[in-house]
Amino acid sequence: MSENITANAMGLLKSEAKSLNFYYGEYQALKNINLAVAEKRITALIGPSGCGKSTFLRCFNRMHDLYPGNRYDGEIMLYPDDVNILHAKIDPIEVRMRIGMVFQKPNPFPKTVYENVAYGLRVRGISNRRKLDEKVEKALRGAALWNEVKDRLTSLAFNLSGGQQQRLCIARALATDPEMMLFDEPTSALDPIATASIEELIAQLKEQVTILIVTHNMQQAARVSDYTAFMHMGEVVEFSDTNTIFTNPAQKRTEDYITGRYG
Amino acid sequence: MEPLDTHISRQYNVDLENIRTLVLQMGGLVEQQIEHAITALVQGNVTLADAVIVTDYKVNSLEVTIDEDCNQIIARRQPAAGDLRLVLMVIKTITDLERIGDEAEKIARMAVQLANEERPKNNYMEIQTLGTHVRHMVHNALDAYARMDTIAAVRVAGDDRQIDKEYEGVMRQMITFMMEDPRTITRALHVMWAARALERIGDHARNICEYVIYQVKGKDVRHISLEQMKKEVGEGS
Ligand SMILES: Nc1ncnc2c1ncn2[C@@H]1O[C@H](COP(=O)(O)OP(=O)(O)O)[C@@H](O)[C@H]1O
Ligand SMILES: [Mg+2]
Repeated sequence: MSENITANAMGLLKSEAKSLNFYYGEYQALKNINLAVAEKRITALIGPSGCGKSTFLRCFNRMHDLYPGNRYDGEIMLYPDDVNILHAKIDPIEVRMRIGMVFQKPNPFPKTVYENVAYGLRVRGISNRRKLDEKVEKALRGAALWNEVKDRLTSLAFNLSGGQQQRLCIARALATDPEMMLFDEPTSALDPIATASIEELIAQLKEQVTILIVTHNMQQAARVSDYTAFMHMGEVVEFSDTNTIFTNPAQKRTEDYITGRYG
Repeated sequence: MEPLDTHISRQYNVDLENIRTLVLQMGGLVEQQIEHAITALVQGNVTLADAVIVTDYKVNSLEVTIDEDCNQIIARRQPAAGDLRLVLMVIKTITDLERIGDEAEKIARMAVQLANEERPKNNYMEIQTLGTHVRHMVHNALDAYARMDTIAAVRVAGDDRQIDKEYEGVMRQMITFMMEDPRTITRALHVMWAARALERIGDHARNICEYVIYQVKGKDVRHISLEQMKKEVGEGS
């Protein structure tokens, strides 16, 4: 891989993949990935369909543990704790509380707006009504949704628009005060206006959380991220600050991809 | 830099190739304007000088056309990396070409003025010499642009020093003339204006060379010395 940027120049790191390999059974989907994730910055993963972006993202919250036959090796360090979150002794549920995930299609639970956000808190054992109310409001405000839903907290989440549902999913992830948020193509099911408001929200969220976002929309990566990794066939081909990647990438494969050329 | 014609979108290939070609066309026109302006001045040919003045609108309208094409490409394609640098470079290049066109027009105006003056014994030798060098410099800069040749670009940018020296020579000579014989003051001032215009054209040609290096290498080489520039380009690579 070509690293145009040294970890030192990136400031504090929140997380770091080290010699990470991942296998769906026999099939190796990630090959020796080394990537640093800067704290309270937005890191974008771009690359052609099937290159392993989602696979990589899912490693960060141990989603792959849900299926037997999946296998990791290497490490994903989480800082400042300095723990390898892939380690067998680490509880995946705990990891998911600290590292929230938002998917491509908004996937609210078939519950009320309020209960969607309160869900993770209840799992954490919070049942005090006042405390729940407080945290739900804070998360909804954090997701720039409070003003739109404060009078319909008890209506079903499915009644919200697509963009609102996505922000609800963000609020749900925010409710447990995660340190890191993972976004997998969070706007690909949304129209341009809803997309712009999600992008704006993500830009604001970086004041409180570290963000890793997968997008197939290169302009989106260019618009929102501080760092960009270009992936190809299970490898990180190039990682640099977003400016460099989009104006003067070092690798031909990166340039071909972002300028829309045959690989 | 990647070849222009390898995008998945064929229309995008066509659009990029098109602005590149238009820049070369504009460059050709500007070269011709310089040549005609110098000839008009040296030969005292007012008809040719008038033709240069009238033709400047063509240079201006090419600038506007290319500018619009670039705007379209940015709005529709959001070019990145080498493509982005290409479009940015084209926008800058045409600004310099347009200014070169203006300088040629100024020389043509001086030619009209000088046609009323008594011709000097040396037949405006100094303008002819400086003019030929400047014209070659512009030609070579456009050639480096057409071939995206950074080595040539550095070499041509270096010619600017020579032009500056010659320009200073002309100035010194004119001042001497004026001191020796005050009746030559009007003529000498016009010659100085024309020389000044030629010197400015050299600066614009140097700018174009810097854009070529930016386009190919992705490095901004403005406001650095020629030696640093050579290093950036990695002479010989
Ligand atoms: N659950 C799975 N089982 C087996 N192979 C998978 C699974 N999910 C993804 N893959 C394969 O892993 C590779 C990477 O997929 P993915 O991470 O979804 O790519 P991306 O998100 O970049 O489009 C692809 O070749 C894909 O077919
Ligand atoms: Mg995916």
